[in-house]
Amino acid sequence: MTERIIIAGSGGQGIMLLGKVLAEGALLENKFVTWLPAYGPEVRGGAAHCMVTISDDEIGSAHIDQADSLIIMNQVSLDKFKGRLKNTGLMIVNSSLTKPDKNIKVNSGDFTDTAIGLGNIKVANIVALGCYLAVKKIVSPENILKVIRKMAPRDKPELLKANIEALKKGMEFKND
Amino acid sequence: MDRIYSHPQSLRDVPTHYCPGCGHGLAHRLIAEAVDELGLREQVIAVAPVGCAVIAYDYWDFDCSEAAHGRALAVATGIKRVRPQNIVFTYQGDGDLAAIGTNETIHAANRGENLTVFFINNAVYGMTGGQMAPTTLLNQKTSTTPEGRNAQFQGYPLKISEMLALLPGVKYIERVSLGSAQDITKTKKAIKKAFMNQIEGIGFSLVEMLSPCPTYWGLSPCESLDWIKNIMAKEFPLGVIK
Amino acid sequence: MPKILMSGNDAIAEGALRAGCSFYAGYPITPQNELTAYMANNMQKRGGVFIQAEAEVAAINMVFGASAAGARSMTSSSSPGISLKQEGISYIAGAELPAVIVNIMRGGPGLGNIAPSQSDYFQATRSGGHGDYHCIVLAPASVQESYDLTYLAFNLADKYRAPAIILGDGMLGQMMEPLELKNQSPCLAGRQAKPKTKPWALTGCAGRKANVVKSFYLKEGDLEKLNLKLQKKYQEITAKEQRWEELFLDDARVVLVAYGSMARIARAAVKTLRGKGRRVGLVRPVSLWPFPKKAFARPKNKYLVVEMSYGQMLEDVQLALCGEAKIEFLGRSGGGVPSEEEIILKINKIYNG
Repeated sequence: MTERIIIAGSGGQGIMLLGKVLAEGALLENKFVTWLPAYGPEVRGGAAHCMVTISDDEIGSAHIDQADSLIIMNQVSLDKFKGRLKNTGLMIVNSSLTKPDKNIKVNSGDFTDTAIGLGNIKVANIVALGCYLAVKKIVSPENILKVIRKMAPRDKPELLKANIEALKKGMEFKND
Repeated sequence: MDRIYSHPQSLRDVPTHYCPGCGHGLAHRLIAEAVDELGLREQVIAVAPVGCAVIAYDYWDFDCSEAAHGRALAVATGIKRVRPQNIVFTYQGDGDLAAIGTNETIHAANRGENLTVFFINNAVYGMTGGQMAPTTLLNQKTSTTPEGRNAQFQGYPLKISEMLALLPGVKYIERVSLGSAQDITKTKKAIKKAFMNQIEGIGFSLVEMLSPCPTYWGLSPCESLDWIKNIMAKEFPLGVIK
Repeated sequence: MPKILMSGNDAIAEGALRAGCSFYAGYPITPQNELTAYMANNMQKRGGVFIQAEAEVAAINMVFGASAAGARSMTSSSSPGISLKQEGISYIAGAELPAVIVNIMRGGPGLGNIAPSQSDYFQATRSGGHGDYHCIVLAPASVQESYDLTYLAFNLADKYRAPAIILGDGMLGQMMEPLELKNQSPCLAGRQAKPKTKPWALTGCAGRKANVVKSFYLKEGDLEKLNLKLQKKYQEITAKEQRWEELFLDDARVVLVAYGSMARIARAAVKTLRGKGRRVGLVRPVSLWPFPKKAFARPKNKYLVVEMSYGQMLEDVQLALCGEAKIEFLGRSGGGVPSEEEIILKINKIYNG
């Protein structure tokens, strides 16, 4: 098993963190894993993406040309990366910030709106992760929760709560 | 009988390679005397430049490092930061400190490194054959300013000591001269003060010494001393700058 | 030990700290900035010195000074910055100082770009500065190896009193992977030189003759003597320090040769091809200087060298094989990374030829 995932959105959407949480979860399951960020000069508001590979075997390139899954958080990233998905690949799209496109088959959910509903727009990334995990059982949600608990700042219990809630909501989006 | 004079322990008894009338030998000796008098010989680490004084370590009998041209203050920073208990100084000419090494000089000073700098200004490049230095005076003839330094093409003598004095990290700068016996006494005092500043943790201290280069000034050793007093010190006034 | 997720840049920094590196000076340049930041965050806490230098040139000369004073010292940069450091590296080699220099390579020439590249192979292995010298060059291919080889680099640098280079690339530096911090306990950086282990270090001449650290030998014959001494040292390193990994060489018809990030992709191609019954092997040089000639002592029929350059390590493979095998090449540079598919395509083309 080798799963290659490209996660893309805009700077500030927690794209890198989404990838790291997923990678840390895979590590807890003793899988081979690589996480590769785009490290261009773009910072806040610019395009951001990272590539995560999870495998039962040694991983060659951390760079992904054709992905098994895409997690797309905005329109610019959808336009940029839709051609990088394998034919049978899985596309997870944030419908809050993208226009519907009949030509591509997607699993979509309004991740940003859901996050706003949870009281913290910043957890849209974890909503998306939940949606992805519900479809692809690559890492168990229990391990992802462990990672989230480990990463959450001790002095902000409300943030941890929002993230846990976000993961649950995301998993309900499974619409395949 | 009282002994009133002896060879400094920090100065090796070896023949000199400097030209007759050159100021480097004097400067080396004054530093060696100051090191001995302050009891620093076993504690001091010197950084020698590239230029005529490149083999200063052949004269000083204490720990020394070489440095690439202009990089003495970067090397000294590395030494002092890992061995703060040692007394670290650089010895640099005008090309080393104020041309190729300007960057290292300004930033070591601006970081306020607790270092002592001895800056030998003789307004010319000696080792490579008498080329223009950043401190070469206007109209001064050198092998690369055969008609004399012309501000229109070569700019002005660089007053790096005055520039450095602007930086808050710099604690002491004095310009002295090796042009007369009286000046030499003042120079020795300035050298000691610059060492004391480091010992007391006060910070970056620099002593600029106007130093004779009879060979590339085209003067006799005696005329060179007059030239420092009458011409060079007009452009580079002596005294405490900071 | 449980594994942690870490980037190549961070792993190099942690490896250095655990090797007792107590002095780091660097200047920002992508794609190695995380390494500098890691040092800024951790060096002082562990008793060492961190300096953001005014320039690459100053950084390498600060390393010269700190090393002369006996500290385990390091600087890091990426290609254009490493070019600037070459003068200092030459002085370090000439003065026989130990130091570790990290190059997380990016595209060139000139300002190039920040994509991964392996175009500084010549510069690293052929004495990038002036004079007859060599740096020990180690090329990690994973985050784990970034950590392990940095640790090793400090030991080799001290052992041979020579500069050692960690040659990585942007992908390796940026990539996160599981890392085991082995049993190397986080030692507090020893700020003081240990006179017993480094009797040549500048520590003040109390109780001994004055030490001089220099590379300048003006007197007739003296520099030649130094150079002969250096050459003897390089011969010893060449004899003792060749390192490589090999895979499926016994029955290999075609042997892939690749290092660093490129070797990971080559290894994946080898495994895929083996799955299809192709007798393909891999030699992955770990030390680039000394180049592991021993890995080519019993030449196979055919070799395919793959690099993120237009054929730099290729020359060392040619020299190692001395015309005794057919050598093919696949290379891209300037942002292009030869893919597993490209390698497989090339192998299929030459396999029966």
